[in-house]
Amino acid sequence: MIDCVENRLLTSRRGLLLGGASFAAWAYLPKFARAADGRDPRLVVVILRGALDGLATVAPVGDPDYAGLHGSIALTADGAHPAPMLDSFFALHPSMPEFARMYRDQHAAVIHAVATPYRDRSHFDGQDVLESGYAGPGRVQSGWLNRALEALPRGERVSSGLAVGPTTPLVLRGNAPTVGWAPVALPQADDDTAMRLVELYRHRDPALASALSQGLQLEKAASGDDMKPKPGNAVAQMRQVARGAAKLMAADDGPRIAALAFDGWDTHANEGGPVGRLAFLLGGLDGALAEFESGLGDRWRDTVVIVATEFGRTARINGTDGTDHGTGTIALLAGGAVKGGRVISDWPGLKPANLFEARDLKPTTDLRSVIKGVLQSQFGLSDRVLAEMVFPDSASARPMKGLVV
Amino acid sequence: MARDSQAALVALNRFGFGARGGASGDLINAASDPRGFVKADLARPFAVLLEAPGLQSTPQLGQAAFAYQDQVKQAREATKAATPTEAPAPLPPADPKPDNTLRRNLSLNTVMTEIAGQMAEAKPADGKPADNAMKPDGMQPSAAAPAAAKPSPQPLNVIQKTFRAEALARLQRAMMVDCGFTERLVVFWSNHFCISASKGELARMWAGAFEREAIRPHVLGRFADMLKAVEQHPAMLFFLDNQQSLGPDSRAGQNRKRGLNENLAREIMELHTLGVGGGYTQEDVTSLARMITGWTFAGRQGKLGAPGSFAFNANAHQPGRQVLLGKTYEATGLAQGEAALADIARHPSTANFVATKFARHFVADDPPPALVARLRDVFVRTDGDLKALATALVDSDEAWKAPLTKMRSPYDFLVASGRLLARVPEDPGGYLNNLNLLGQPLWTPAGPNGFPDTSAAWAAPEGMKLRLDIASQMGARLGPNIDPLDLLEFAAADAASVETRRTIERAESRQQALALLLMSPELQRR
Repeated sequence: MIDCVENRLLTSRRGLLLGGASFAAWAYLPKFARAADGRDPRLVVVILRGALDGLATVAPVGDPDYAGLHGSIALTADGAHPAPMLDSFFALHPSMPEFARMYRDQHAAVIHAVATPYRDRSHFDGQDVLESGYAGPGRVQSGWLNRALEALPRGERVSSGLAVGPTTPLVLRGNAPTVGWAPVALPQADDDTAMRLVELYRHRDPALASALSQGLQLEKAASGDDMKPKPGNAVAQMRQVARGAAKLMAADDGPRIAALAFDGWDTHANEGGPVGRLAFLLGGLDGALAEFESGLGDRWRDTVVIVATEFGRTARINGTDGTDHGTGTIALLAGGAVKGGRVISDWPGLKPANLFEARDLKPTTDLRSVIKGVLQSQFGLSDRVLAEMVFPDSASARPMKGLVV
Repeated sequence: MARDSQAALVALNRFGFGARGGASGDLINAASDPRGFVKADLARPFAVLLEAPGLQSTPQLGQAAFAYQDQVKQAREATKAATPTEAPAPLPPADPKPDNTLRRNLSLNTVMTEIAGQMAEAKPADGKPADNAMKPDGMQPSAAAPAAAKPSPQPLNVIQKTFRAEALARLQRAMMVDCGFTERLVVFWSNHFCISASKGELARMWAGAFEREAIRPHVLGRFADMLKAVEQHPAMLFFLDNQQSLGPDSRAGQNRKRGLNENLAREIMELHTLGVGGGYTQEDVTSLARMITGWTFAGRQGKLGAPGSFAFNANAHQPGRQVLLGKTYEATGLAQGEAALADIARHPSTANFVATKFARHFVADDPPPALVARLRDVFVRTDGDLKALATALVDSDEAWKAPLTKMRSPYDFLVASGRLLARVPEDPGGYLNNLNLLGQPLWTPAGPNGFPDTSAAWAAPEGMKLRLDIASQMGARLGPNIDPLDLLEFAAADAASVETRRTIERAESRQQALALLLMSPELQRR
């Protein structure tokens, strides 16, 4: 067992972070949110921290080398836990029935053999590149989603926000104001004390004044019983956090653009195949996507959820029935606005000569192209803004067309 | 003697855990000789060791954990044999039924173990009933509110008890030390070489012992010795999977058709020594992984030694010479990996990485380059003498002149508050709860890179709101019996700003005044 009594006596924010999630959202509505055509686009970016095994999630069962490389944890289209085929070549992990349904309804898509420009194997640098949008590590002042917000016309301020965790994920950090929310199980300080402290900070410590004021506003905005933490395992927590986020985002005056992160994908040992550790986590992700779908209701048709991870894992399993840090992996798109029912891939093959550095799935698609394609279709950002501001020095990674209906 | 309250704040807050309330005289002592006050800690290297009645060695703890696990297993099997679908046997309080949310001891690990067989890693979950909301009794000694704060809890199992005992010993030490510089060094190095208790039962059992055995003895010793102690500690080997890693060509690897796991090797180079970009390649990672195959701990059968102790399993060790960072290491068994660690410890990239992190922790998120350069030179010249490194920091001008911009981490904040209020905890529960809430669960960072060490990470809106809620709870409970202006004298005296003093004076109640004092910039920044 992992958590002894001190972890169980409360549902902590960190508990949510560890088992589940951190969120943040843009503090404003885009100005065209209520444009004439009635389209009111929403975007959720889900970061999977720890490096998702793309070959285990969307398995190239049609590739003759796959079964040998993934060995004991390889998926198969038959047997006790059959992986549903997405097309004649790729099969989806059986613990993702909701995503499979969205895919059949053409509201979900997979991009395979994808990677950021990062080619080393440090989680932390890899996550920095994924979230900062710069071509290399070391730039952690702002994230690509925040810079995309800076390029959007700013409308009304949202009256409710969401964020879990004492820190804002890098992807949404930057100049554009963000809001956060987290469930609490703690008696609150009274307003008078809070206002006196804000006043003191205004005179002595403006940075703390701003942080505390935001924290106070958000707590008010998101109060409601549904948002209170409830007991449950990591999977239930992923769902619960997604449910809270969807509820806030569905509101007319709620945020339109948000990010969240799920930890725990670093499956070095005993990764498991159709059942096991990764299956357990994928079930949580699947549940979270379903929560967004049901929670957003009518607005789901204008929504795109992007699921991305910092890099993939080794094509061949390691000595402990897991996989080590790799390169190429997958990205997932889900939402009513996705032109789905497709696995988009320039498949590099899994022969030794085709692997990156003879060990990893070779990336053939730049993740930035995928994200740029979504940002362009959802929010009308220009090629130039995307190539210079949002993803600096990325002109060669052209926005992928036709991802959104 | 001249009194310099501003320098006293630096001595107490930047280097230490803050002034104690009551009759300690910490602020006055620090003001008369700020540097001397800090350096007095360094003159007592044995004082950094932590030995308290009831704290056991890693093998003893491992054996207790193994015995507990066996007991749980037996109970589960007995239950299964008797009534296959019924609730578990009463004996050990671990619940093997994952879907029963009313059970108090439900844990994610149990769930995952059921699903995944032997999978060990897990994330904190929550299995408590919703009405059992947290009690922010961070400063509450259990004598005043014994177990009653937690309604009818089941008895703690040995792992929970151990974790709490280790936590309590660490917290009590932090409350009682004069300046706290060496304790802050312990926290720094423990986070640098972190493990996470969320990895599994053994990690939780060993979290405190790991710090006592691998970190504390070397905090004023040599970096190379700490590195070796850490990488050979069972807690680290378990945390980063090395006990599962087998040399592909070793006898065990051949027999069991299993092989390498490069997790520990990578983090040694990326997080513990050279730093990312420190000049190593994927080949080097794999090579080091091979060299440390066989580094494990003896299991419950004790085939490799006393159960729960470090062991070198020659059968699992990859045979042959290896090349690391351009140097060839002959096949010398255990000594091969040890030689590699010794070389990595004195690599220039390591000196640079450690010096930067050290200065960032104590002085500023973007530390003065001249200070970093000086610390790096000291590290190189003294072959990684950590006492010399700490002394050089205290002797530097930069560490005393840089403005107090660093945000106290949740642990620093809670400990500093407890010291000022002169409350030595008898029970760690309140602290552990508050650390969880504030995003810094004790010995349980989300990843092997430890908790963040920048102000931005801890001064986020959510975090500040929560600190205020916690400070208000402390104020409500303890405010009636203290004079907040006295505490302000203990904490900052004439270094307190006019605004802070006025805010406290004008508070509507002592309770409110205490909350505002604890949240004041003087108490939040260091």
